[in-house]
Amino acid sequence: MNVPIVRLYGLIALLFGILVFATSWWSVIAAEDLREKTANRRPLLQEERIKRGTIRSADNKVLARSVAIGGKRFRRRYPTGDLFAHAIGYSYTNIGRSGTEQFRNDPLTGRRTELVGAVDSLLGERDVGDNLRTTLNAKAQQAAVAALKGRKGAVVALDPSNGAVLVMASTPSYDPNGLDDAQTFKRLSTDEANSPIVNRATQAGYPPGSTMKAVTAAAALDSGRYRPDSRVSGKNGKRISGVPLNNFDQQDLGDVDLTFALTNSINTVWAEVGEKLGKKRMGDYMKKFGFYAQPDIDLPPDQIYASGERFRGKLLSPNSRRIDVGRMAIGQDKLLVTPLQMATVAATIANGGVRMKPHITQKIIDPDGRTQDEIEGEEAERVISTSAARDLTAMMRNVVKEGTGTAAALEGVQLAGKTGTAEIDIARRINDPWFIGFTDEFAVAVVLERVQGGQGGTVAAPVAKQVLEALGE
Amino acid sequence: MTARNRELLALVPASLLVTAGFAAIFIQESEQLSDVSLTYGAIFLGLCVAAHLVVRFTLPYADPYLLPLAAVLSCFGLVVIYRLNDEKAGQQAIWFVVGLVFFALAIIFLRDFRVLERYRYTVAFAGLVLLLAPRVPGIGQQVNGAYLGVSLGPISFQPSEFGKIAIVIFLAAYLRDTRQVLVQGARRILGVTLPPLKHFGPILAVWGLAMLMLVFIRDLGSSVMYFGAFLALLYVATNRLSFVTIGFGMFALGAWFFASTVGHVQERIAIRNDPFAPGVVDAEGYQIAQSLFAQADGGVFGTGFGSALLEVNGTPLLPAADTDLIYAVIVNELGLAGACGLLLVYLVFVQRGLKVAMIAQDSFSKLLATGLTAVLALQVFVIVGGVTKVIPLTGVTLPFVSYGGSSIVANFVLLALLLLVSDRARRPAHLR
Repeated sequence: MNVPIVRLYGLIALLFGILVFATSWWSVIAAEDLREKTANRRPLLQEERIKRGTIRSADNKVLARSVAIGGKRFRRRYPTGDLFAHAIGYSYTNIGRSGTEQFRNDPLTGRRTELVGAVDSLLGERDVGDNLRTTLNAKAQQAAVAALKGRKGAVVALDPSNGAVLVMASTPSYDPNGLDDAQTFKRLSTDEANSPIVNRATQAGYPPGSTMKAVTAAAALDSGRYRPDSRVSGKNGKRISGVPLNNFDQQDLGDVDLTFALTNSINTVWAEVGEKLGKKRMGDYMKKFGFYAQPDIDLPPDQIYASGERFRGKLLSPNSRRIDVGRMAIGQDKLLVTPLQMATVAATIANGGVRMKPHITQKIIDPDGRTQDEIEGEEAERVISTSAARDLTAMMRNVVKEGTGTAAALEGVQLAGKTGTAEIDIARRINDPWFIGFTDEFAVAVVLERVQGGQGGTVAAPVAKQVLEALGE
Repeated sequence: MTARNRELLALVPASLLVTAGFAAIFIQESEQLSDVSLTYGAIFLGLCVAAHLVVRFTLPYADPYLLPLAAVLSCFGLVVIYRLNDEKAGQQAIWFVVGLVFFALAIIFLRDFRVLERYRYTVAFAGLVLLLAPRVPGIGQQVNGAYLGVSLGPISFQPSEFGKIAIVIFLAAYLRDTRQVLVQGARRILGVTLPPLKHFGPILAVWGLAMLMLVFIRDLGSSVMYFGAFLALLYVATNRLSFVTIGFGMFALGAWFFASTVGHVQERIAIRNDPFAPGVVDAEGYQIAQSLFAQADGGVFGTGFGSALLEVNGTPLLPAADTDLIYAVIVNELGLAGACGLLLVYLVFVQRGLKVAMIAQDSFSKLLATGLTAVLALQVFVIVGGVTKVIPLTGVTLPFVSYGGSSIVANFVLLALLLLVSDRARRPAHLR
């Protein structure tokens, strides 16, 4: 009878093997799927029991913190109210998360690798998340929101040397405190007229207007086809893609050099430059500047928007025959860009032609104060040569010194810039005024939405000035 | 080292496990280490030593590993139950003591366990009564659609826990008698070896019993457990795989028939097949769905002793956490690693049990040890398989671990019988 007993043991061992497999299946292999089932309330309940890390600005202001609400549960508080609502976002169990709260959810909830987690649970560690220090400058952010004066718009400021996001303002904003109230959330998220929850700095596409000429100029100089003193024709009514193009106020400026053409933002010159460079070259430089791709920033993918030529909401190929390269070169045509993209253009020129990846989180610090991770400036790619960047900087400084951007001029600091006025409704004189600019330390992009009679130089440039002043303090 | 000293030594780590387990829970709950954990460990060790002394004086040659393995499982159960509900852990500790008393009584009164062979039909009748008692109006209790409990005045218990032992004793005695005729009288018909018709009756009766349980007790898990143990015994007794195949076929046929006609069985299978279906996940499928959700949080190493999320503001999130779903709690807190460790302890227990069967000299002892071990192994399979959605979830306990007096007492009696068989098997020939 012993042989069948041994076989019986083999069968039982096999059955136990099935149990081990089934346990592995649910606890490890399919665990993620189970956690995502809507009937599974565990992730939400556990989340409430975790003391999420505190998020601070670069100047040590608390932007988000967790407070105990009894029953071992915690709730998020945002002491700065609507000031940082878009960059920081919100985190609630019923409506989910956005912004940095969403992108950095793992460190904020203390989730680390399985092995470290195991050691922690053996040591009886409690559920406390890591803290974040961001690159955001609270004072400058406040200055940006104040300068926007309740108008719709956005401001992005970057540190050109490392891509740190210093200011990310979007108005109108919302107060993330109490956003989990069902009615409040519904009201804010369905407010189509104001879209307060949309992060205009990264999610909204605007026609860039003449600020695009900075990109065209970069391509022109770096390609070697033009120099700052190249002679170009500023004649009014030149045919671009077969259709006559007018200058601002129909000015006919005759033969000028490239620096003068940028200083006075002459449309016909830059459209012709764009046509001469061609679709392919313009497309290549735009891609190098970061157009036609989701920006590589530490925000959730559904809260960022790729800049570029769009048709029926979809990105076109840079070589598409639908693109009118001449008009694109002056920021018209079907070009839609985000303030973050234009700030990146300014920062790249400021940084000697090297584009850095933008980032909002600077440091991840564990509850004991040890730095777990530090996000250093990371190079995306070299866009234009150092000499082209130097020449373009000089040209753009001229814009602020004696051209369209004088309203942004700062005392004691050399500012380079470019204005833009995207015409939205010519009949009613409704424009989106733009200003992009940079000093040695900071790069900034400002856009305002649908301002009647607003020009980049008169409306957006003063905002940039106030932000740069706050940053310089 | 003698077998008994090995046993005594092996009980020490089991007691240390209690101490460590309680210490972990105290740290988790109050962030401080209490010497109460040491006290509990000492009490547990004392009880184990008492059981050991009973074995030392009555069964000196018994297998030295079975008792420590059962102690490890029990202490594991105690710690997990304490973590769930300290009041219930107190009761479980009392049941543990009662179990040890029954363990000692079984050893003393069944010194010559072979007398059981003579009372096979009495035992079988008692077993049948126990199995069907939950269906008797007035005393039977229905839990989750299955009839498993009996309440007699203040005492309520699960008779099927004891029924399984009775059935195994009967089957071992019956098959010892008939195994020769079953083998020799077998005929090959159409290339299939069939047992002789005359002796086919009792086998049919067992099959009928399993089917009866399916319909009356409404418990697929228990019927799989009993019929599986029967097939295991039939195979070991006759070494004829064809008999097992026929038996399995009959069971499958019957189960299929009842599954498609009896609503309760049908429902159980539908729940198993898709517990997450809308309308099911919050109702009939709630238990299994919550079990899987709890396991998903465990990962490889678990969330740690005492940190599973089990209730929300006083309402339980994981139902029957201390009985049917205790395995899900273990996976959650100790992870895949802890669960595999637990299964390994059971597998070693099974290996020791079958080892006893192999070295036993007479057929009855062999069959008894095989049957007792197989029924325990199948019980583990039925409940763990149910909790992990391998088979439909039914309410049987995880032996030695789940909360429940009947289960603890019955399993200690089962352990006593295994030790009795092994003592006789290992005793030097001149002392038998």
